[in-house]
Amino acid sequence: MAADTATTPTLAPVPQITAHEVTRERTGLIDWLTTTDHKKIGILYLVTTFAFFLIGGVEALMMRLQLGTAENTLLDPSTFNALFTMHGTTMIFLFVVPIMAGFGNYFVPLMIGARDMAFPRLNALSYWLLLAGGVVFYASLFFSPPEAGWTMYTPLSNETFSEGGGVDAWIFLVHLTGLSSLVGAINFYVTIANMRAPGMGWGRLPLFVWTILVYAILLILALPVIAGAVTLLLTDRHFGTHFYDPTEGGSPLLWQHLFWFFGHPEVYIMVLPGFGIISEVLPVFARKPIFGYKAIAASSVVIAFLGLLVWAHHMFTTPSPTVVLVFFMMSSFLIGIPTGIKIFNWIATLWRGTIEFKTPLIFAIGFLSQFTIGGITGIIVAIFPVDWQLHDTYFVVAHFHYTLMGGAVFAIFAGLYYWFPKISGRMMNETLGKWSFALMYIGFNLTFLIQHTIGMDGMPRRVYEYPDVGNLVLYNRISTVGAFILGLGILLTVINVLRSVKRGPVAGPDPWKANTLEWFSPSPPPANNFDVVPRVRSVEPMKDIRRQIAHATGSGTPEAPPAPESLVRG
Amino acid sequence: MAPINRRHIFTAVLLAAVAGCLALAPAAMADFFTPESGGSPNADRIDTLYKIVFAVGIVVFVGVEGTLLYTLIKFRARKGAVAAQIHGNTRLEIGWTVGAALILVVLAAVTFIALPGIRDPENSSAEASALVQPVSAHGEKRVPPDGKALNIEVTGQQYVWRYTYPDGDDNPLNNPYSYEEMVVPVGATVTLDIRSLDVAHAWWIPELGGKMDAIPGYTNYTWFKATKPGVFRGQCAELCGRNHANMVAQVRAVPPAEYQQYIERLSNDIAAANADAAESRRKLDADPQATP
Repeated sequence: MAADTATTPTLAPVPQITAHEVTRERTGLIDWLTTTDHKKIGILYLVTTFAFFLIGGVEALMMRLQLGTAENTLLDPSTFNALFTMHGTTMIFLFVVPIMAGFGNYFVPLMIGARDMAFPRLNALSYWLLLAGGVVFYASLFFSPPEAGWTMYTPLSNETFSEGGGVDAWIFLVHLTGLSSLVGAINFYVTIANMRAPGMGWGRLPLFVWTILVYAILLILALPVIAGAVTLLLTDRHFGTHFYDPTEGGSPLLWQHLFWFFGHPEVYIMVLPGFGIISEVLPVFARKPIFGYKAIAASSVVIAFLGLLVWAHHMFTTPSPTVVLVFFMMSSFLIGIPTGIKIFNWIATLWRGTIEFKTPLIFAIGFLSQFTIGGITGIIVAIFPVDWQLHDTYFVVAHFHYTLMGGAVFAIFAGLYYWFPKISGRMMNETLGKWSFALMYIGFNLTFLIQHTIGMDGMPRRVYEYPDVGNLVLYNRISTVGAFILGLGILLTVINVLRSVKRGPVAGPDPWKANTLEWFSPSPPPANNFDVVPRVRSVEPMKDIRRQIAHATGSGTPEAPPAPESLVRG
Repeated sequence: MAPINRRHIFTAVLLAAVAGCLALAPAAMADFFTPESGGSPNADRIDTLYKIVFAVGIVVFVGVEGTLLYTLIKFRARKGAVAAQIHGNTRLEIGWTVGAALILVVLAAVTFIALPGIRDPENSSAEASALVQPVSAHGEKRVPPDGKALNIEVTGQQYVWRYTYPDGDDNPLNNPYSYEEMVVPVGATVTLDIRSLDVAHAWWIPELGGKMDAIPGYTNYTWFKATKPGVFRGQCAELCGRNHANMVAQVRAVPPAEYQQYIERLSNDIAAANADAAESRRKLDADPQATP
């Protein structure tokens, strides 16, 4: 359509696709198994990771059920330990990190005006490695699931204290998903660096793509470290080495340093693409350009850099010199500055806008309000003398769920509601979406706000039972009830997706009147995405295109309300 | 069905949050918003530091969330409203960057002021001065200014804590020791050497200060000074295996005289048990079929 307008977008030469033979298009299962189309791989990623999210969620509910009352005998300690180990591992390695790759796979090429990822087959390999990692890990359910926590601290994870193959299954999961992410990260990097639409300089790169770029770089820097660390653990367990064995001159602290050198960047790997989603959603529904584009893009880079320098704030209670503790406290403080800059810029984006309360925006607001709490408690636990009280308690559990669940997961839901029309060609149900949000928001805060107090009252994390002292039973029961409300809210979104994918109203290419290039293609986009790739003249190419069309056809204001059902109420 | 009014959603959420807080208020002890304290000066100082940081956090929280809420209400889409097409404001960017940095500078300053009182052991009170002995500082081990403390070794193992009390001589093998419950004299500064025999554990009695990990191959140090008699409960805070939840610890603070009696009884009990065991061994050596 843009080709018809008065100022025809000029085309730079793009790599030509040459057909050597005509093969019949595959359909059905074979198509899904053999596809190298970034959109289909993206869908595979999204569906698989969401399935793991539901499994991890059920594990969480089982734990909350066990903790619903004092000295509960519902689960035995080994089951409980296996549950929190699998919950953490699943949510991190099989949900939050790879679902960001799923969104990235689907939308990075579309947003930068490319026809696919740079290496489509490598892209398929990424997905299948991820699935293999998940399958290998969950296969341990049939022999002995790991019980040493997702952090796998040695010597507890050594052969002496963790017999059976559970820890080994976890090691293989780290290797397989790590390879998957590494290959995917290189693919993202090359795609973003080389395949942008004509005119799309670094200063016009959509902010979601910026965060995927930083996500890819962080993965490339952090994953080799954990790959090495778990390999040493594997050789310690089975081949007679003693890297982490204190009785033979090894060091358990070595594991902690290596693990967190990966583990903390991993936190930003999980949350940065969420930041990107928020940066895309807010301007669209505020009908206003993003406030401080450069500041937001730059702060992602700064967060990534500082994120590599804060790992030992997970180790404030280990035998470490004060100067080390001070360094890691100060570096953790510093990371609060770029994060604060992001939050201020997001609120400034909403300021003086005309905010349309669609479900994606509401989830983005949920993110903003909850991530702020996670950020503030993050500063509190960064103060190491205070952390001596809070470390390894439910306070910390509450803190990181505010950043990862209240933050990253709410951003993922914002992204899901925002991009679902593009992926499926159909709109989700707004009413159901808002109910889902309301239940998730109330449920989430009910579950985790009280956990700050539970921790300060002296309850450590990772305990399968607790005594009936003080108000612990009351507080834990509130948390358990909240968890089930949260689960119900998530279930509503699942129902919404399943209903809408077949029966939702047809979306059309650009239902939100959005800003970025993925909305230039039909919904769902065809193979190879674009017939013509428009020249990009700003950070909001779709707004330019709509303006051009309005100018050419004289069809009134380009910023008219998008669709009848989204008309605002006075 | 009629779409839910956004204002109602947010009002409902806000009311729910406020109602939740109010409902909990009667149950809220002084410690609802703060860590445990009251047993030892270092715990009290952590509590004070926490309160200062928490107050700053509340100000930031109210500022950010309040602005957000105001923005959402004030700038919701209405008929005829046009969004301002602003792309940014450099002065504002610099302003909030500096603002955030200043808050952190203040927090860092407060922390550095509070740190020595939390980290460094203080002198014992006069009432317990007879029970403390010279202890040497080395590496990360800190001692009170007068160089005297009651130095107890804390050793973690799956799933019990063992405490070895000083007996005044250099031989560590004949010291009195106890499991699970540590008895200390009120007013004495107790310095702890924390070690582990197997996996990582963490020593933590919330009312007596922060936790310190027990890592095999390392010695970790902390201290406390019980300011009143009583029993202070805690438990292992680092995942150490299946019975991690049951690896409990308690410190019983008693008047100095009672502490001396306790140590004497402990030594006598251990000596008696050793004598019994020696007797059994002697019998078994003479006749392997004997009932020991």
